[in-house]
Order: sequence, then structure tokens, then C-alpha cells
Amino acid sequence: MSRAREFADLAGSADAGGLTGKNILINGGMTVAQRSTSTSMAHDGTTDAFGVDRFRISMGGTHEQLDGTFAQVTDHPLSVSGKSSKWTTGTAESSYDSDEYFYFAQLIEAQNVQHLQYGGSNAQSVTLSFYVKSSVTGTFACNLYKPDNTLRIINKTYAISSANTWEKKTITFPADTGGGGINNDNGQGLYAVWHLAAGSGSVGGGSNGAWKTYGGLTDWADGQATNAVATTAGATWQVTDCQLELGEQATPFEHRSFGDELARCQRYYQVSGSSVTNNYHVFPAQRWSSNNIFFSVPIATSMRANPTMGSDTSGNFGAVGGNNQSYAFSLSEMNFVNLDSSSITARVTVDFTPNSQYAYTGYFNTAGELQLDAEL
Amino acid sequence: MIIENAVRHESTSDSGATSVSIIATIDGVQCVVPESAGNRHYAEIMRQVAAGTLTIADAD
Repeated sequence: MSRAREFADLAGSADAGGLTGKNILINGGMTVAQRSTSTSMAHDGTTDAFGVDRFRISMGGTHEQLDGTFAQVTDHPLSVSGKSSKWTTGTAESSYDSDEYFYFAQLIEAQNVQHLQYGGSNAQSVTLSFYVKSSVTGTFACNLYKPDNTLRIINKTYAISSANTWEKKTITFPADTGGGGINNDNGQGLYAVWHLAAGSGSVGGGSNGAWKTYGGLTDWADGQATNAVATTAGATWQVTDCQLELGEQATPFEHRSFGDELARCQRYYQVSGSSVTNNYHVFPAQRWSSNNIFFSVPIATSMRANPTMGSDTSGNFGAVGGNNQSYAFSLSEMNFVNLDSSSITARVTVDFTPNSQYAYTGYFNTAGELQLDAEL
Repeated sequence: MIIENAVRHESTSDSGATSVSIIATIDGVQCVVPESAGNRHYAEIMRQVAAGTLTIADAD
């Protein structure tokens, strides 16, 4: 094969989305949903939640009526069995007040966007592409927001022209040469935000079209021109194949294997144990102190930061060992000790005196699972 | 983020290691939050404490 043929094939593969690693976003195809495939949200309940992994939807300000559902659905512009994320409004907000805003977003880890070289003369442009479908037509805004050093923001708009029809959108954001750049760490690096609604207090600040120093809420969604998703009962907005890539050209969506995407998501959220009835897990434990034992639970991949521990039930855990000593406990009795690349260690106060000469076994009883959240 | 019933638990092991967590109800769900600057729930707890809208109790 000639070199020319090899280069032509390589270019063809790139054009077809065959090259990996270009998509800065994780789970852009909305395939991984470890928490749940449907999340209920309400102005007086959960106002910030994750649906599919890595993507959150958030109600800011003080909504008085809005509630709805954020779900992973089988509805995709290209694939008959592909996935998308869908917001459906239940009770609509009767009027959209100035302090209110509503958005869908992925927060990107700072060390994953160092190649954008923000804050200096070598800063790079990026292009956001996605498919969107909504019952509401009109002008919507997307932003990039940089929380490190000097807060910086840029909004750009896109139009949904046909209701309930998948449309592909491409937005190129210019390089940001100001603002002191993005720290090379595991904190928040860049927000990629899709606005669904914005009150008068979150527009008009001048961030629509060019990077500027964040001057407050009026910069947050500058350019967003409709609030009908939030003010219309039954309104829908859904999105898939979200890709943020270096340069000014949108290339085909990078399809990753489910296992690859899952492993990337597990850096930010993972589950140890299982919510399945009659599913058991055991692990070694030993004395921590006169009334505590500690145990290490294996994790699938190293996590971004020390995680919050939760459970889908009140907890169904326990420890046995020693001289017929045993203690059943719930999540609220556990405490974080430390995290490493292969396990998380927790301790629990028990109602017996552990003996350092004895071995103990911790267990997750049927349907006991530990949810580990290290999201940004 | 609605955070309620925050209680700080601390324990020292026989070897001197320390374990500290804040057990709280976050958006209606009970959670165990490590005292760690990189944890978003801990950061929000500290923000609300600084704002005077949340108090952390010590465990008995």
C-alpha cells in the first residue's frame, strides 16, 4: 500500500469518527446511567441532579412551581436503539422570574483540558456539536465557563427551528487567551452548558459571542431567548451525541465502547456491591480501635477525589468474626477513612470490643450497595 | 443543594490514624461525606456553614 493510500485511509477514518480521544466530553452518547434511568426533580425537592453519568440538570434561583423528569430514553437521530437524555416538564413555572435559570451541563476535569492552553497566546478554539430535539422552537444559548483563576465565560446561541425534530448543531468557541488559564489539577476546569431557560437577571451581561470576565448572573445565559421549556407543561428538550473537540471543525461523533465509556464515568461515580436481591459481597476487616472495625471495599477504577458514600437503601451491611462477634449496620454508621487506586476504606462503630488477634469479615447483605460519588 | 442534619464523626485508631466524616441528609438522601476539599458535597457544606445557613453538630 502506498503512503498516499495510507494517509487517505487515515483521513477517511478520522472523517468517520474512527479516531479516538478527540471528544473532551464523557458519555456524550448518553449510554451510561449508573444512578438511574429516570430522575424526578422539583423546585421544592431535588433541584440539581445527575441523569445519565456525567451530565447534570440544575434549577438555579427560586423556582416556585417547576418540576419534571430527567431521563435516559431510547430515542436517537441516527440509531434505532441509541440513547439520549430527555427533560420533560411536569408542572410548569407560571412566570419566569429574573433570578431563575435552568440548565443542562457537564463539568470537565481541569487536567483534561490542559491542551486547550487557555490563558496564553497559544490558546485553542474548541467546537461543540450535538443533536437536539425539543417541543419548543426558538433561540437557545450554550456556554463555556471557566471557574479557575479569573472567572471567564462565553455564550453562543443556536436555533431550534422545527418542533419535535432532531437537529444537529455545531458551535465553535474561540480561544480564551485571558483569565489566567486553567489549573492543572483534578478540580473543575471547564463547564459545558446548555441553557433551557433564563430569567431576565441571567441575560444581558455581554457574554454572548466573546469571552469575557464573568461579571455575575447576567453573563450566565446571555443570548438565551426562550423560557418555554420551563413555562410549558409537558414541554420536552433532549440531546445526544454531545462532542467537544479541539479546533474549529466538528467531526463525526466519536463512538466509544460501552466499557470504555463506563470506565471513564467510574472515575466520578461508581457502585460497589449490588442493589440486586440475594447478591452478597464480603471483604476483609479488622480492629480499628476498642469499639471500631475497618474494612476495605474494592473499587473498579481510581476515583477523582475522596467520594461521598451513599446507598440506595438505608444500608444492609455487617461484620462478623472474632469470637462469634457480629454487628449489622446501616450507611449512617459508616465513616470514611481513606481512598486509594484499588479500594475505599471505611470504619464502623460496633457494639463489641474487636480483638486485634482475630480476623473479621465485612459484608454487604442482599441488595446492599455502596454508591461512591466523586463528581465535580 | 438542601443539606440537613449534618453531624461530624471523628475517630482515632489504635495506631493513631484519624477518620473524620460528616453524615448528613443531602437532597433527602443520607450521605457520608469525607472532609476533603475536592469533594463537592464537603465544599457545599463548608459554603453553607460560612454563609450561616448550616450548622454541623458533633457526634455524641
